Amino acid sequence: MRIGIIIFPGSNCDKDVYYVLKDIMHLDVSLIWHTKEDLKGYDAIILPGGFAYGDRLRAGVIAAFSPVMRSIKMLAMDKVPILGVCNGFQILVEAGLLPGALIKNQSLKFVCRWCNIIVENNKTPFTHGLKLKQELRIPVANQEGRYYADNIKDMIKRGQIVFRYKDNPTGALDDIAGVCNEDYNVVGMMPHPERASSCILSPFNSDDGLLIFKSLLSYLEMRRWV
Amino acid sequence: MGLSNEELAYLEKSLGRKASNVELSMVSAQWSEHCSYKSSKKYIKTLPKRGKYVLEGNYDTTMLDVGGGYVLTIHIESHNHPSAVEPYGGAATGVGGVVRDILSSGAKPIALLNALRFSDMRDAHAKWLFKNVVRGIADYGNCIGIPTVGGEVEFDTSFTGYCLVDVSCIGLCKRSELLKNRIDEGDYVILAGGSTGKDGIHGASFASKALISDDRSAVQIPDPFMEKLIIDATLEAIKHGYIKSMKDLGGGGLACALSETADKFGKGIDVMLDKVYLREEMSAEEIIISESQERMLYIIDKNSLEGFVSILKKYEIPYAIIGIVREHKNLKIYYDGIIADIPASLVANAPLINRKARARIVINDTLKPSEPENIKDIILQLLEDPTIASKRWIYEQYDHEVGLRTVIKPGLRDASILRLYEGKFLAVKLDGNSKHCYLDPYHGSQGCFSEACRNIVSVGAEPIGMIDHLQFGNPENEYTYQAFIDAINGIADYSRIMDIPCVGGKVSFYNESKHGEIKPSPVIGVIGLLDNVNRASIKDNDRIIITGITKDELGGSEYYEYIHNISAGNVPKVDIQLDKMLFPTIQKIVNSGLVNYVHDCSKGGLAIAISEMCILNDIGAEVDIKSIKNECNRLDDILFSESHSRFVIAVSNNNLPKVKELLSSLPYSIIGRFYDKDTVSFDDINIGLEEARYAYDSITRVMDHG
Repeated sequence: MRIGIIIFPGSNCDKDVYYVLKDIMHLDVSLIWHTKEDLKGYDAIILPGGFAYGDRLRAGVIAAFSPVMRSIKMLAMDKVPILGVCNGFQILVEAGLLPGALIKNQSLKFVCRWCNIIVENNKTPFTHGLKLKQELRIPVANQEGRYYADNIKDMIKRGQIVFRYKDNPTGALDDIAGVCNEDYNVVGMMPHPERASSCILSPFNSDDGLLIFKSLLSYLEMRRWV
Repeated sequence: MGLSNEELAYLEKSLGRKASNVELSMVSAQWSEHCSYKSSKKYIKTLPKRGKYVLEGNYDTTMLDVGGGYVLTIHIESHNHPSAVEPYGGAATGVGGVVRDILSSGAKPIALLNALRFSDMRDAHAKWLFKNVVRGIADYGNCIGIPTVGGEVEFDTSFTGYCLVDVSCIGLCKRSELLKNRIDEGDYVILAGGSTGKDGIHGASFASKALISDDRSAVQIPDPFMEKLIIDATLEAIKHGYIKSMKDLGGGGLACALSETADKFGKGIDVMLDKVYLREEMSAEEIIISESQERMLYIIDKNSLEGFVSILKKYEIPYAIIGIVREHKNLKIYYDGIIADIPASLVANAPLINRKARARIVINDTLKPSEPENIKDIILQLLEDPTIASKRWIYEQYDHEVGLRTVIKPGLRDASILRLYEGKFLAVKLDGNSKHCYLDPYHGSQGCFSEACRNIVSVGAEPIGMIDHLQFGNPENEYTYQAFIDAINGIADYSRIMDIPCVGGKVSFYNESKHGEIKPSPVIGVIGLLDNVNRASIKDNDRIIITGITKDELGGSEYYEYIHNISAGNVPKVDIQLDKMLFPTIQKIVNSGLVNYVHDCSKGGLAIAISEMCILNDIGAEVDIKSIKNECNRLDDILFSESHSRFVIAVSNNNLPKVKELLSSLPYSIIGRFYDKDTVSFDDINIGLEEARYAYDSITRVMDHG
């Protein structure tokens, strides 16, 4: 199986995600520059965090028009697992692959802090190895990370809330830390699982972030046999 | 312009003719104090530069061999004048400058730190500066994806109407990928990055005199996105071996970058100034000294040109070939005909100035505050003192995690710890103490150095190098100049005896506003290596040990200054011989896992050190004051003295005998224990952990709700 990590001009967590997938999990993973138009052969795609195009105009809005996004939309329709982390989440929202919006934090400040998040949907490719209501310690680092959506009740009904904060750092609506599309294959989350994937980097000696990537791995392995 | 009559005469004598306007612009930018170090060079040379880890060879910057095939470099820069005028842009471009500095050495920037100084937070202007400087650093550093992992902040009324913004960057690079650092006849000189505009005209000269007017045109405009593209493109080009040499455009703009590059390699450059892409209409003089940000100068040979340019194109970075390397050793500048033809070495090497210095009358009157009635209130007030209080409000605005290196995050220990590679870590800390340095520049600056080392040692690391940023007022003032010399001597003496070389530094003069000169403000950074990170925390019933002797030396202490508004007395003096024996012992104690926590005792004294340990570990403590080894006559002196060589150590009863044995030849005392209660007690003075925590979080309250 092959996993692709998209690099937009200004992405800055691409190598961090790569490190986790390649050096910790030993997966077949490649870094893909945003001008690539053909993504055939990839079994999963990750849009990493950072400041694509320097967050100009609005976080994620310019990257959403990158050439690579056309193929990502096709993959999304083909139910290929796609994860957007932080700025990647913002891009997926701006590209219309996920509902809602990410607006300026209530504090109007950037916030970099370790948080506890709760699993609300464990049927996505990125959470199916987790228990419902399981708590994960994963840090956030964002300035436009406050989730908002008009149709929140419908989203809840359809199980589109994937993670909630236990201690909401951004003022996100209904404590939402991550959401998915109606098919559950496209997931966006503000916390950075790649930063919580080795015990040495965690103040709590934890590697909960790894569980998200492990979920993806076992999902892809399972699917191969179906 | 900025040249003195003597300098102008020297220039014309060297040239054998009158200088052209463009030549004058270049020379006055490059001979400014900011670029030339003409008042400080003589003294900086006295700092020891060689050491066990320092790479021998002809490198632009000091490179340290940190093993595993890696070399490390660290820089520090300030952006004081610009930040005082326009705090957001000034601080942000300060970050950009130091990052490009690291990049120019061929290393990958892996971490940022900063040291900031403002006036009293009750001053609305100081608060405005503080808020926007932090936001500027955050927005820039976060956007370029380099973690800001630590820092240091001090508040003092000598910074009224002004501020100090020092930014430090650490670079790491594979030894095998070090730049060739040679240039040859026919090589291309490429300017890449942002366009050249009128921002930052005369920036170097602006920073080389007192800040009297708010000269906004001298402040540069930040573009972190362009910086990020430059970082990524440059690192990619380094991997391919395309770059022979490079230099960032900072103070003095093209004039500085071109002359220093040519002079360093003993070559000349033919410059086609009309090739420089502009943001707006500009004269030749303006182009040559503009300090527009996010620009780099690369020297590329013919064979690498295509590959290098394809990388710039991939990242959509504007560029132009603006010159060719020549053997003639001059800067020949063409712009509708030749407009300058001047030896690069003449531009790059300003005549040094021998300045007069005069020792100030020492302010060490023995005036002491009357003994306070309510010590508890004072402890709470000191915890609230923004110089001491938690810096959470600041570091939470910085992405300190990106890059997956930050093992010990800001605010948790005395130093931040970064993972360099598997099994090797770097501890890093900046320290400064303008209050001590004002009263006694020699012992004050030595104290900053010792304190920075203690912070490194307390996490178990071995100090391997020091950087200094020496910030003073007007060097033409004889007293100020003497303070500068004293500070250098203090640092050099400590460096020599401790065998910790100076691996980078910077001098900044003319830090004065219409409110007067700042206090002498050297900022010292120390880096240390370690193989393992001890993450233990304080446990119930751990005993408290303090090393060193607590002395009656409260001059410049937070207790005198913040509580009593007294700026006088004897400042703490470092016992260097004691440090030399003590540091390896503490390192050994931490690395052997015998202790659960070590904390440096400095600003605010022992009462604050213990309170901080309790707040961070969520535990109580009881201290028996009479068991503290001291040379004081008063209770407040014991609790608030800032004597050096003191570590506060938490150790279990089981390990106590072994630790005592290791410390046997050194001064120490066992002064109490930590316990699972929510009070911190010094004899019968009891402070609730909750009220201590509340006081300690004062900055967040003042900035967000005040």
